[in-house]
Amino acid sequence: MLAVRDRRDRAAFAELFDHFAPRLKGFIMRRGTGAGQAEEIVQEVMLTVWHKADQFDPARAQVSAWIYQIARNRQIDIARKENRPLPEELAEDPEAEPDAAQMLALEQEAQHLKRALAKLKHDQREIIEQAYMGELTHQEISARTGLPLGTIKSRIRLGLERLRHDLKDMR
Amino acid sequence: MTTIRHHIPDALLAAYAAGNLPQPFALVVAAHVSICLDCRAALEAHQAVGGLVLEGTAPEGLSDGMKSRVLDLLDGPAPASAPRQPRSGIYPGPVMEALKGRPPRWKPLGGGVRQDILSASDDGSVRLLYIPAGQAVPDHGHGGLELTLVLQGSFSDETGQYGVGDLEVADENLEHVPIAGAGPPCICLAATDAPLRFNSLIPRLLQPLFRI
Repeated sequence: MLAVRDRRDRAAFAELFDHFAPRLKGFIMRRGTGAGQAEEIVQEVMLTVWHKADQFDPARAQVSAWIYQIARNRQIDIARKENRPLPEELAEDPEAEPDAAQMLALEQEAQHLKRALAKLKHDQREIIEQAYMGELTHQEISARTGLPLGTIKSRIRLGLERLRHDLKDMR
Repeated sequence: MTTIRHHIPDALLAAYAAGNLPQPFALVVAAHVSICLDCRAALEAHQAVGGLVLEGTAPEGLSDGMKSRVLDLLDGPAPASAPRQPRSGIYPGPVMEALKGRPPRWKPLGGGVRQDILSASDDGSVRLLYIPAGQAVPDHGHGGLELTLVLQGSFSDETGQYGVGDLEVADENLEHVPIAGAGPPCICLAATDAPLRFNSLIPRLLQPLFRI
């Protein structure tokens, strides 16, 4: 992804495409979208990945998390025919050196999260999938007390540390 | 930045990340995240889980030629995206977006209380409320969920005190009388998924008229 962002590397983009496009199609079709329309959305999402690559910050998000968000925004905008309310972007210093320690910490945290998800019992995992695919309402999510939201707490602390660090640099 | 003590519950953040929160609530969440680092970090964590779910999704075969079609389009113009409204004064970017960049158009509700309805549909409604210091919003219960985000001043009710950036989550079981604190008028962003019910007769008669 960094090769795409920094060098506009087409071969690297083609690799990203091979990995994510079929998963995106499966992800989008799970909500009942037909194969044809799903591919149109996949195409728009992947083109957004290419054109907005400069907004990708590896110290803030995994590639999968970033693409997940783009896909969800696109699906919602199409379904509602209006733009989804999004938080303000954080104004970050574009000249800032990438924080290697933060990137590593984020990667480790993501692996930790992945293992935690893999260890879940089948039905718990099913609930997580349903929740993040947008199949559960917030009432349904809060009613599922089995939801191991605790597993993401350390990721939250890490993210907060990083955001505070960024803002301190900007002052 | 003042300390924000009342944050977005995890279930609402997860539903927002997954794109499954009704529009009025999504606006309140986006506005709160714009001014609250804790909830921004928490939202990014939920997005990380979403990313892992995407990674774990069974791949679906693509039709022939799709990849080369997309690669051919890389040189094309970037799709136009409308510029987003920036924050203005006490109003975070997503609220300015809902206001389409204009200042609020306040309509009087009586007792110095004013409102500007940003949207109202079957999904629920979201409005800005302006409550002078010491003034109460009439005792009301809720048909469903109500989210109230303080943008200026403060209010307190049976559940506690809410200052700038604080989010109150009220469900159908809460009958409360929010009273604006001393100081500048309390301005909040309030979203409901059902019409508010007032417990005294006059406001109830006015309810259809004012859509409060």
